[in-house]
Amino acid sequence: MSAVTLTDIVKRFGSFTAVHRMSLEIPEGSFVTLLGPSGCGKTTTLRMVAGLLDPTEGDISIKGRRVNDLPIHKRNLGLVFQNYALFPHKTVADNIAFGLKYRGVPRDEAAKRVADALELVQLPHVAERYPKQLSGGQQQRIALARAIVIEPDVLLLDEPLSALDANLREDMRVELKRIQHRIGVTTLFVTHDQSEALAMSDRIVVMSAGRVEQTGPPEEVYNTPASEFVARFLGASNIIDARAGGGSGDGIALDADGFGRVVVPLARAPQLSASGPARLVIRAEKLSVRAAGTTAGDGAIGVPARIEAVDYQGQAARYFLRLGDLQLQAINMIDEHPFNEGDEVSVHLRPRDCTALPGAPA
Amino acid sequence: MGWNLVRVWTLLVYVFMFAPVAVVLLLSFNASQFGSFPMTGFSFRWFVELAENEAILRAFRTSIVLGLLTALISTTLGVLASLALVRYRVPGANMISTILIAPILVPEVVLAVGLLLFLNFLGIPKSFPLLLAGHVIFTLPFVVLVVQARLVGIRRDVEEAALSLGASPVQTFFEITLPLLMPAVLAGGLFAFTISFDDITGTLFWKPGGVETVPTQIFAMLRNSISPEINALGTVMIVMTVGLPLLGAAIARRMAAGRGA
Repeated sequence: MSAVTLTDIVKRFGSFTAVHRMSLEIPEGSFVTLLGPSGCGKTTTLRMVAGLLDPTEGDISIKGRRVNDLPIHKRNLGLVFQNYALFPHKTVADNIAFGLKYRGVPRDEAAKRVADALELVQLPHVAERYPKQLSGGQQQRIALARAIVIEPDVLLLDEPLSALDANLREDMRVELKRIQHRIGVTTLFVTHDQSEALAMSDRIVVMSAGRVEQTGPPEEVYNTPASEFVARFLGASNIIDARAGGGSGDGIALDADGFGRVVVPLARAPQLSASGPARLVIRAEKLSVRAAGTTAGDGAIGVPARIEAVDYQGQAARYFLRLGDLQLQAINMIDEHPFNEGDEVSVHLRPRDCTALPGAPA
Repeated sequence: MGWNLVRVWTLLVYVFMFAPVAVVLLLSFNASQFGSFPMTGFSFRWFVELAENEAILRAFRTSIVLGLLTALISTTLGVLASLALVRYRVPGANMISTILIAPILVPEVVLAVGLLLFLNFLGIPKSFPLLLAGHVIFTLPFVVLVVQARLVGIRRDVEEAALSLGASPVQTFFEITLPLLMPAVLAGGLFAFTISFDDITGTLFWKPGGVETVPTQIFAMLRNSISPEINALGTVMIVMTVGLPLLGAAIARRMAAGRGA
């Protein structure tokens, strides 16, 4: 049984449609992420599950029970916000015990559960402090403890890491995933950060302009983007105009600008018809830059190109390449020395790393 | 040189502002019959006479009851109005907000006469509840301004967190919103009390016959003669209207310190 089911959810604000007819199933115990840029409808969707917004159309069920008409305080949800939203006039212990009070948990049991929750978030010694006396990362751990101590049916996380600074964010990411795994709570996570989504999720739902662009496990979403939007939003991708020229065994042959004939495996071109305009998607890290004249092995196609700019990143470099009329980017690990601006190089593309999308060239 | 001039000037401004107050304070301890200089000795006799003056004591009781009720009603209405205007989408919210603030902008005499004419038109005689209503009308803007400003600063997601944890909207208000709002509620209440306690213009128009507040009582006494009792009464008024807000601020600071703010 799925923990949360959205059926044909629509949300309109006046004449603006924030979420277009969306359906989603979140399996019990799984970690599902809504990923997209700001304004894509991901937070609106989370707030509808929470009961802070009413869907204009469609049904929301939690554990098989329709909750459309159930107000938020009767839904048994754990909610964690970007800005922690701790109660500033209550101690950490009282913050965490808040939800237990409304569940009629006896005082001594509540105290024990608060202590356990503090232990779980690795802050056992701060019970008597006030939120303002804690750092941002600590406050967010307390907010998490407060949300999970009530044993919610679903844990809703609204950009919980966005207010933290970069190093802390990565630590908290690991920590959050560890806690979620340990208690096994069904989690709906909202973020605009692709690396958070890739690192933490069982499934990612990529959204854009109120629509679901793709749903799948992180690897699938990353490696086989279902749309140009997904390809561009997750990591750096090259999108090359091409024309499909009929099937070829277990692949589809494309005639791509700059590279010529590329046979993309059928599995990586699910939406493509046998002929017509198409787009070839190749991730920047899958495009390799070699010294000019290097022979392309492993079924790769090698073409000459010139380096227009280099963005040195330490262990890797991002190259901006010119290949006739095409501009491409490649992110490669640096082997001894990076290439320099103006170098003539050979660019290698392996057809099995490519994804083909249907598309009318602009 | 230039700065010394500025210093002297500043000092003079303060002297001009506070000398009359100081005179009242000083003369209230004067032993002489006549409420004027030179002072003939130090005495509490005028305070004792004050405490034995039935009319003044009655006026004091009236003023305090009126002030407390005004503060209570004003803060209650002010908090409710602010909640509606800040937390909910009310049609014409800007308009309502302006109308609520308007009594500050309208000269008090105009407001006083206006309310009186209105009551006359309705054929309602003057009474204590109507005097109270008048005071609520022109203390409400202060409460609304202070409480609204504070409420805007209370993040909505704190309330949403309480709701998600199982508190009903009413429980959320009493457990979260009101405690966070408390400094503003207290400040608003103090404003309302001191403004009501001090008011004379509106009160002169609205008070029913036979009811006197401290300011109208002083006013009535001044018409006969300048008794030293008035100085003593003035001193008591000053202590109350200056001391109460200071006390309130001290309490608010202590409350804030308690939660490590």
